[in-house]
Amino acid sequence: MEIIVIGLNHKTASIEIRERLAFQESEIEEALRQIKAIPSIREAILLSTCNRVELYATCKEVEEAVQELKEFLSQFHQFPLERFEKNLYLLMGKEAVRHIFRVASSLDSMVVGEPQILGQIKEAYQKANESNASGVVLHRLLHRAFHVAKRVRTETKISNSAVSVSSVAVELAQRIFGTLEDRVVFLIGAGEMIELAARHLVSGGVRKILVTNRTYERAVSLAQEFQGEAIPFDEINRGLKKADIVISATNSPVPILTSEQITRVMKERKQRPIFFIDIADPRDIEPKVGGLENVYLFNIDDLQRVAYENLKDREKEAEKAEGIVGEEVERFVRWYHSLEVTPTIIALRKKFEEIRRRELEKMLSLHPELTEKERKSLEAMTSAIINKILHEPITQLKEKDEEAMADFYIDALQTLFQLPQSSERKEEEDARV
Amino acid sequence: MNFYFFKLAIVLYFLGTMAHSVYLLFLKEGFLRWASGIVFFGFITHTLAFLARYLEAGYTPVTNLHESLSFFAWMIIGVLLLASIRYRIKMLGAFLTPIALILMLFALALPKEILPLAPVLRSFWHPFHVVFAFLGNAFFTLAFCCGVMYLIQEHQLKSKRMGAIGKRLPSLKVLDDLNYYSLKFGFPLLTLGIITGAVWADYAWGRYWGWDPKETWSLITWFLYAALLHQRLTVGWRGRKAALMAIFGFMTVLFTFLGVNLLLPGLHTYSNW
Repeated sequence: MEIIVIGLNHKTASIEIRERLAFQESEIEEALRQIKAIPSIREAILLSTCNRVELYATCKEVEEAVQELKEFLSQFHQFPLERFEKNLYLLMGKEAVRHIFRVASSLDSMVVGEPQILGQIKEAYQKANESNASGVVLHRLLHRAFHVAKRVRTETKISNSAVSVSSVAVELAQRIFGTLEDRVVFLIGAGEMIELAARHLVSGGVRKILVTNRTYERAVSLAQEFQGEAIPFDEINRGLKKADIVISATNSPVPILTSEQITRVMKERKQRPIFFIDIADPRDIEPKVGGLENVYLFNIDDLQRVAYENLKDREKEAEKAEGIVGEEVERFVRWYHSLEVTPTIIALRKKFEEIRRRELEKMLSLHPELTEKERKSLEAMTSAIINKILHEPITQLKEKDEEAMADFYIDALQTLFQLPQSSERKEEEDARV
Repeated sequence: MNFYFFKLAIVLYFLGTMAHSVYLLFLKEGFLRWASGIVFFGFITHTLAFLARYLEAGYTPVTNLHESLSFFAWMIIGVLLLASIRYRIKMLGAFLTPIALILMLFALALPKEILPLAPVLRSFWHPFHVVFAFLGNAFFTLAFCCGVMYLIQEHQLKSKRMGAIGKRLPSLKVLDDLNYYSLKFGFPLLTLGIITGAVWADYAWGRYWGWDPKETWSLITWFLYAALLHQRLTVGWRGRKAALMAIFGFMTVLFTFLGVNLLLPGLHTYSNW
């Protein structure tokens, strides 16, 4: 049996193709039902996010399973296979395990270290459980993946720093004001950028929002959206006096906030600190303003630079994370492998034990004159012989990390000693677990 | 007995300083818990040292430089514990514990025998004077630490960097609030210290005020903090200015306490140390 990953992500496929193949939340149950119906597939989990569509599965015959999964994707989405076949990747065995661990730890994400993906995988796993699509191997694999993600999060600093412009802005605001809950945000301009930035601050805890815009109506409609207050453009100082965080993005060709004006405002504010975010191009706020006391001015380039530096730090941490993933992959493969060799080892021991018992009984019935003590010694000696004979081969078998080699040995043992077929035994084993 | 506790407190403050530094380096919450626990035990031990000395000497042991240094350190740790209840500033211990440790080591190097109480110190008012003055000083020490942290954090923000230090520091608002909060306590205590000192001076020397160097410098310190508070409340001297003033004020406090004793001869140097 083999673990496989088949899918595509932001690196291999354009957004159009990803969207075409994405599964709606409501479709997942039906999709899992169809996958389960494929005879060569034993277990399956379906992960569909805006950046990736992936199927994790275990199967008996890889080639057959892969072909059928591809056809399933094509049929389900009514999308010809040749349009996306080249975007698909296929991973098997150890590489599949590594891939799943890396995805869960957000090492394969568009923005490395962003933690949402873990939640998405957990959800996918839960859906598969509800549909009875996952089994022993994927259970274990996914639980290990969650464990790896946790290790990566606690042992590296991969998710510690803000790497998007908006999150940098929120982090800076927190370094100035502590909690953002009682802060007032003042938006100058009513464009898309402003709205996006405001949304981030609101999710960062800000409650009160003021808006101004040259066209007053736009200000009013944006203010309504945030249950804020619109201020006419010529009363801009009123907003500046109240606000703690000011985000400016107008189309004005010249700065709309000058250093003299802000100096006056600061006096009226009794020097309460103020945080300006200038995301306009050309700038809305004179750079000199940043030099004033208790005024913190960041423009879009500053925020981008900070985000970029943090991203570089993250990449350094990612190397550490890859080490953790590697370690855990080895550990999982060893477990998975033991699943394969254990039945063979049991069968082998059983066979030897039967031979020993038969021969011992034969010998004891020929020699009834033996004392109890002598019988015991014979028993012990024969046991020791088979243990010693089997010791080396079993150790070797357990240590064979490479799956192909292990399969070869298992086949050889089964043929040489005429052991019962291991796949049947595995079924039993699975059922038992 | 008191000296045994005193030395134990030094050891604990030392370990606390170490644990706080390790916390700063690795940011593992576990170290912070250890550090806070050790410092807390240090404070208990220190309290026992103070009580033991009080019983052994038969008077409030704040009569020479060894005793006052130790008392000052004790108050600083007390203020640290107090501030930690109200503000969750994880880095505060890393700043205040070493200061207390240095004062303690200084005290360790000084003569520490219990001597018969000098007649001039035999006054009901003297212990009050010392307790108020040092408790006030301890709050000024807290304000000083907040000032230093504020300047570091502000520098990082102004230079538009998100360095590792800035991330470990509290927000500017919390630092400025705590600065103000320490002054609100420190200043009235200093005022009470000066008033009780004057009352005691009247008993001891027959005059309330004699422009002895210690008295003069206390007054300078008092004016400094009064100015800071006044400016803060009227024209909004907050943030950087308040931080700088708190640092400058602390220098004055140190000079009033140590500099005057060591450099300028006057009535407050009643013992050799």
